[in-house]
Amino acid sequence: MDPECSQLLPALCSVLADPRQPVADDTCLEKLLDWFKTITETGSSLLLVQENPCLVTLLCHVLKPQDLSPRVLAFSLRLAGVLAAHEDCFQYLQQGELLPSLFGEAGPLGGAAWAAPTVRSGWIQGLRSLVRHPSSLRFLAHCGAVDTIFSLQGDSSLFVASAAGQLLVHILGLSMQGSAEGHPSLPPADWPACAQKIVGHIEESLRSAATPQIAQALNVLTTTFGHCHDPWTQVLWVRLSPLVACLLEKDPVPAAHSLVDLLLSVARSPVLSSSSCGLWETLAQTLSRLSPTQAGPLALGILKLQECPQALRAQAFAVLLQPLACVLEATAPVIGLPSSPDGTAGASLTADSLLPSRAACVGLLCRTLAHLELLQPLPQRPSPWPQAPLLGAAVTVLRLCDGSATPTSDAGRHLCAFLVGCVRVQRAALDFLGTLSQGAGPRELVTQVFAVLLEYLTSPDSSPTVLKKAFQATFRWLQSSPEPLGGGDLEPHAQLFLRELLPVLPKRLCSPCWEVRDSSLEFLTQMTRRWGGQASFRRVLLASEVPELTEQLLRDPESYVRASAVSAMGQLSSQGLCVTPASPEHPEAQQKSLLAELLHILSTDSEGFPRRAVMQVFTQWLRDSHTDVVANTERFVARVLQVASRDLDWEVRSQGLELALVFLEQTLGQPSSHCPYAVTPPTVAPLSPVAQALRPLCRVQLFEFAFRALFDCDRPVAQKSCDLLLFLRARTASYGGLEDSGGGPDAASVEAALQRWQSGDQGQPLGELEPKAVVAVLRSLDLEGLRGALAESSDRMGKSPRSLLQDVLATAGILGENEADCY
Amino acid sequence: MKLYCLSGHPTLPCNVLKFKSTTIMLDCGLDMTSTLHFLPLPLVQSPRLSNLPGWSLKDGNAFLDKELKECSGHVFVDSVPEFCLPETELIDLSTVDVILISNYHCMMALPYITEHTGFTGTVYATEPTVQIGRLLMEELVNFIERVPKAQSASLWKNKDIQRLLPSPLKDTVEVSTWRRCYTMQEVNSALSKIQLVGYSQKIELFGAVQVTPLSSGYALGSSNWIIQSHYEKVSYVSGSSLLTTHPQPMDQASLKNSDVLVLTGLTQIPTANPDGMVGEFCSNLALTVRNGGNVLVPCYPSGVIYDLLECLYQYIDSAGLSNIPFYFISPVANSSLEFSQIFAEWLCHNKQTKVYLPEPPFPHAELIQTNKLKHYPSLHGDFSSDFRQPCVVFTGHPSLRFGDVVHFMELWGKSSLNTVIFTEPDFSYLEALAPYQPLAMKCIYCPIDTRLNFIQVSKLLKEVQPLHVVCPEQYTQPPPAQSHRMDLMIDCQPPAMSYRRAEVLALPFKRRYEKIEIMPELADSLVPMEIKPGISLATVSAVLHTKDNKHVLQPPPRPIQPAGGKKRKRASDDIPDCKVLKPLLSGSIPVEQFVQALEKHGFSDVKVEDTAKGHIVLLQEAETLIQIEEDSTHIICDNDEMLRVRLRDLVLKFLQKF
Repeated sequence: MDPECSQLLPALCSVLADPRQPVADDTCLEKLLDWFKTITETGSSLLLVQENPCLVTLLCHVLKPQDLSPRVLAFSLRLAGVLAAHEDCFQYLQQGELLPSLFGEAGPLGGAAWAAPTVRSGWIQGLRSLVRHPSSLRFLAHCGAVDTIFSLQGDSSLFVASAAGQLLVHILGLSMQGSAEGHPSLPPADWPACAQKIVGHIEESLRSAATPQIAQALNVLTTTFGHCHDPWTQVLWVRLSPLVACLLEKDPVPAAHSLVDLLLSVARSPVLSSSSCGLWETLAQTLSRLSPTQAGPLALGILKLQECPQALRAQAFAVLLQPLACVLEATAPVIGLPSSPDGTAGASLTADSLLPSRAACVGLLCRTLAHLELLQPLPQRPSPWPQAPLLGAAVTVLRLCDGSATPTSDAGRHLCAFLVGCVRVQRAALDFLGTLSQGAGPRELVTQVFAVLLEYLTSPDSSPTVLKKAFQATFRWLQSSPEPLGGGDLEPHAQLFLRELLPVLPKRLCSPCWEVRDSSLEFLTQMTRRWGGQASFRRVLLASEVPELTEQLLRDPESYVRASAVSAMGQLSSQGLCVTPASPEHPEAQQKSLLAELLHILSTDSEGFPRRAVMQVFTQWLRDSHTDVVANTERFVARVLQVASRDLDWEVRSQGLELALVFLEQTLGQPSSHCPYAVTPPTVAPLSPVAQALRPLCRVQLFEFAFRALFDCDRPVAQKSCDLLLFLRARTASYGGLEDSGGGPDAASVEAALQRWQSGDQGQPLGELEPKAVVAVLRSLDLEGLRGALAESSDRMGKSPRSLLQDVLATAGILGENEADCY
Repeated sequence: MKLYCLSGHPTLPCNVLKFKSTTIMLDCGLDMTSTLHFLPLPLVQSPRLSNLPGWSLKDGNAFLDKELKECSGHVFVDSVPEFCLPETELIDLSTVDVILISNYHCMMALPYITEHTGFTGTVYATEPTVQIGRLLMEELVNFIERVPKAQSASLWKNKDIQRLLPSPLKDTVEVSTWRRCYTMQEVNSALSKIQLVGYSQKIELFGAVQVTPLSSGYALGSSNWIIQSHYEKVSYVSGSSLLTTHPQPMDQASLKNSDVLVLTGLTQIPTANPDGMVGEFCSNLALTVRNGGNVLVPCYPSGVIYDLLECLYQYIDSAGLSNIPFYFISPVANSSLEFSQIFAEWLCHNKQTKVYLPEPPFPHAELIQTNKLKHYPSLHGDFSSDFRQPCVVFTGHPSLRFGDVVHFMELWGKSSLNTVIFTEPDFSYLEALAPYQPLAMKCIYCPIDTRLNFIQVSKLLKEVQPLHVVCPEQYTQPPPAQSHRMDLMIDCQPPAMSYRRAEVLALPFKRRYEKIEIMPELADSLVPMEIKPGISLATVSAVLHTKDNKHVLQPPPRPIQPAGGKKRKRASDDIPDCKVLKPLLSGSIPVEQFVQALEKHGFSDVKVEDTAKGHIVLLQEAETLIQIEEDSTHIICDNDEMLRVRLRDLVLKFLQKF
């Protein structure tokens, strides 16, 4: 601890101990605790306590009966825990009987302060820090804290209850760690008293008839097996698994969610899953005992396991597929999904029992679809993967949702009534359908997939979010459709689909709902990026009104739409798919090139999104050598940088630097020798290669832009500019002296201007810079130093312990009135 | 209580409710789908329509060729269009006491009922309903009268001839009830019988029932009705909407605790979501106009058009359509647009508050001010000089059989650049288009029906919980074309009772109570006795006086004093010579205590048997049986009156007398 802090500490402690001076807020205290933790982790706690007796004084003080705020009391308990984490300091504090007073019956435990959840939480967290060494375990046993922790497991505050459970896990782990070192498989009867007590409590809870108690025990075990993979956990599981198995015989199974978590935690533990204590049988039994809603997460967990018996995997998969099997059963009995080997799942369950009410049906289907979506890309997913029936099921669910399915059974009709118009299921099914595009499917099913997607894209009833998902799924399916031999063009079926799809797009682009226009444009951009070069796509797109409408949307009232239109137009234009607008009402627009239109947006649009989009398009154009850009690259870059430098949005300025970097690379990357056949203008004196390279950069005023950005008030911009200039300096380092071609400000005046800029006065421009001056300035600037300064977070000053202490002291006592301002 | 169902059209209902002593007609909708069988009435001579070939029988007999014309494989009646009236024979309509109108679409048959059936009662409706209903009728009469047709076809209606006709003419029912349109004079006379009412106003009908209109949220002034007596409540729900459009929101709370809820006027297109349809309407409109095409919107002069104009107001700038003219052509266009702005109290809250700004509630005022929306009574006159293409035209009639729309169909039908967008759900768009085939123009069907859909109905029924629901039969099964859609029907418990045209339903509840007033002096004379906490009884001797469905108990008349100056009689003589009344008994007999009492009085061989209704106490020695049930006690003993009286007195000790 630095001396300044040591000096401030007594004052701080007295402020904390004074009930008349309320402390700022919890975050201050949290920061203080963090600070103490850092100190004790790096140095000796004993020394800290001895050098700063005020800390012990504070701890003693809070024990006195007084009107102290619960948060200070909680803080003190936690601080005591942090300090006592080291055995020597623990002993030191024990000498004064401080710890029993804080954590024993005599402390806050028995007092009125205990009613505050903060204090109970502080008590637990204090113990959590304290219990690190054998002495602390003895201390626990002595002061009877374990019983209190047991009772806190059922605390009304969820935070306290959860922390109590975790503390038990920690205590159990620590006590076993010490004793089991020599004997990895010590029988439980020989375990330390503390561990025996906890295990006894868990056993008792598992035998209890009260579900909350069972859940507490299960949660403690889940955490234990999740975090600790020592051999003793195996002994513990062997001992407790019969009790857990007993739970399965109850009807209904109590605390099913916790039970699932426990079993999965056991199955994931390398120590436990390899043992032969009937885990797989228990899992199989659980799968068949739990309701479909409860069994879903368990089935998914089992399927995600790396090692697992094949039969169990098959059963889990069948359970997971049950709801979809029911849907198929009720609507199209021809396509079957795999059922479990013993036939208990899927086949025998009817839609009526599995999907009883609308809410249950929707919830279960959404969960099932989400689980399967998670499972699909995993390497350990079930094999063979029933791609075709799943596709069939996804299509059927979507058809049930839009009312186009014609179920023949009563169950199917009920399902239809539940699902019609259900946006949640539609979204989940479309996501799942999109994921399924990773695998192939029978031709007729793929045709059905495209047909149902087209229905959704066409239907006026598709909600904007559903439509967005439909677009995403469509793109994924188009992307996955196989390319025909001999060409990168779309395969004939996809082409056919595209021909039907494109007439839908204009209508969507004209939708009164901006979300629809936006997602349509995003889809168009994706499509163009992927297939803009393919003849079939170009043909269909150019035959439609889409390019014209997209151009129109550059003037949309909604900024998100304008931004998406900018991206789409940029992409269309890159691919040469941009037609000049020929709207009869806007004859003047005909002359206006897209470049001019985008520049107009960049300089005038009131919202940031379209301007950012324009910058991205321009950067891409420059990178791709877009024809409009190549015509006069320097003029283009100069214009863009000029506009971008004035922009109020830091992302636009940052993107400007990105564009500058691309230009830089293109310019400096060019071969230094001129083409021998090129005509050199006779009036220009021969220049050194670096000057030649830098001259265009000077002409587009890239340096002025970069230097301004260097002192930008937004750190990311300054950092980026710093990187750019460092790159430039590295490239120019090898060059020697530069000839002065005369004119322009010299290095000294540039530096003077930069200093003014740095101090906030950015009004004055630099003027026409010469390469020589630029290189000189680059060399004189401390760019590394600047980069270092920028790399430090902006709150580094405020984060120092000293300033923290000062803050607490400064704000103590004056907080009553502005409490609401704190978070 | 009976319900006479005079119309088979679920959204154009006409029912008669007999409730207590009143006969109440609920709506009188006019089914205009019959006009689809007729040829359009062109405003300007149409060579195409006038040169259609006459229809002849398969054997070549052409005696109907003047009446029936053939167009693109369909046969149409070449005559003034006729409408299908509600049933007039099922009940004597002159006995109808009142007609309750729920919205302006459901009153179009009013002149037929009030002017031609001997009706002498009163019609109740809200002001906007009457005003806009008048506009609709005026427009209808105007559309038909301004194109006089010399010919009136009637031969084809002959039953024997109709059998020979092709479908769908062959299958049309009730053709005998089809009538030509009424005249303006009849309209005025019919409307003069209307009495205006406001929401929640209570109207007494002959003291027997009270009727109250409630906001139904569907159109300006649209109402549901509550018909109630002191102990019964019938709700009539017709054309209601829970969507936020321009009218005042629906009042659902007042529908609670109904004995019977008559449910009509649900959405005609339950599968189409109005929001999606408005989106579809806007995008198709924009696409057409952008390509230089014209858009035709066949519509009624009031209702959804207000919402469409509001949507377009927000949409046109964003879609770059600011320069496109919007025309609204109807004989009542001006009145409709202006009326909509003055019925502030009938509008949704949002629009009501605009009145205080001051701002017109509907933004179409601004469209008119900025010349973006122009309205004309007809396409003759100013319109022809202002007309500029491409444009959007809103005009009637949605059946495409009469009105200015006929002209635009003829004018624009040949170009595929143009689009007709159907927004009114009342007519099948394919049937409406049949006489214009072959047609090059694009047709878009986006019916916007804001009335309740089945999901909303099931929520509504759950909330208001009527004892019985009565609805048209169409609502009790899925639509024929989508028989698997169980969600497209009313699902309630007990199942809804359904009705069809010309059916009489006995409503499934019996009246059990009637309220009777007691005159104060009679009430004064009563001496109630508390028999249970909170319940007191008293015997009443009185005269029941009933007048105007009000019942009053009055003190019995004193006997007429004989004339002459005889001596005053003694006071006891004042009592009329009625029998001395036995006291009334109440209470129940606790068997165990009764047995103890019997034993106390010397009956030793008492035996008790339980029966289904109570107990039998047996006195074996005396061969006597006392049968105690909930509402009666019998003492059965042979020829021992003394014993019977003793037992009776014992029984009476356990009962209260008054």
